[in-house]
Amino acid sequence: MVIAVIVGLAVGTYAFRLLGVMLHDRLELPERVRVVLPLAASALLGALAATAALTEGGALAGVARPAGVLVGVLLAWRRVPFVVVVVAAAATTACLRLLGVP
Amino acid sequence: MRSVNRTILRDAFAIAVATGAVAISFGAIAAGSGLPPWSVVLMSVFIFAGGAQFMAVGLLAAGNPLAALFGGLLINARHLPFGLAVADAVGPRRWQRLLGSHLVIDESVAFALARTDPRERRVAFWATGALLFVCWNLGTLAGLALGSAVGDPAVLGLDAAFPAGLIALILPSLRDRATREVTLAGAALAVLTTPLLPAGLPVLLALGGLLVLAIPRRRPATPDAAGRSSADEPATRDGTPAAQRETPAADGGAPAAGGRAADAEEAAW
Repeated sequence: MVIAVIVGLAVGTYAFRLLGVMLHDRLELPERVRVVLPLAASALLGALAATAALTEGGALAGVARPAGVLVGVLLAWRRVPFVVVVVAAAATTACLRLLGVP
Repeated sequence: MRSVNRTILRDAFAIAVATGAVAISFGAIAAGSGLPPWSVVLMSVFIFAGGAQFMAVGLLAAGNPLAALFGGLLINARHLPFGLAVADAVGPRRWQRLLGSHLVIDESVAFALARTDPRERRVAFWATGALLFVCWNLGTLAGLALGSAVGDPAVLGLDAAFPAGLIALILPSLRDRATREVTLAGAALAVLTTPLLPAGLPVLLALGGLLVLAIPRRRPATPDAAGRSSADEPATRDGTPAAQRETPAADGGAPAAGGRAADAEEAAW
């Protein structure tokens, strides 16, 4: 049963990925769609980031994580190197949790 | 060009290390759930998608294999539009398409989209995808070996690293007004529907953010916005007129890629 789920998930996930990549040139997409594609991907990434930052298991994620992400975003906005953004976000969240912030 | 490659590698390495640490916790949780270790290794090699893997382990341990399958597929359906968006970065050859498709993950997509130069996009996509694949699988092995000895990754604040990195990557492209409106609308849709819908669906629903493009515009569009429309915008944060900021080359200095909506600005890092 476990192996069936893993095979199903692996095949299905690869199919999604391959289908997207292959459809790109098979379909001869109209210019309008080509312009919208990066927008669609950006919306998905933004949604992933926002839900990962703010929610946990369908409920709000507490304070420490959104605060850490916010620090990261502010640093990114100030054009601080990417590495620093990631480390600062994690460090802020870790420190807040150390202080007992949920 | 060489220094650009180095920057890409360094940044990709940073997110790969954070991902590796998450993989350690995945391996540890999976080991603790009673799944056979080989099945956990297979997951990380062949599914290679964190969210779906965590969910699958939880639901399999709870004795709900059907939910594990369909929930995981729902979470991973976003990879289809991702594949469409980064197909050019994957490369034209058959082996590139077959192998590269497996490396279409959130981070490789975000890194590729953050670049406008076709060669840089390709380097960013492959470097990020390959590095994360290695770190994800090494981390899984380490987690399996260490088992419950590994503490909670939340203590290290690693759950903040992923969203912060992702936002840092898409931030420069948000200078483009259409991209910003679509992304913010999509993110808001996803967050608001997260308490109501099963995991995976809210993120897919973010594609509904594209609907803001259909809002009739009240001011003449700039030439590059042909075919798109955008809502009128109130005064912006820094007071710059929106029309001026929408010109792709206005603040970045890099030439706009033909017809691309994403901002052509070179990332500062």
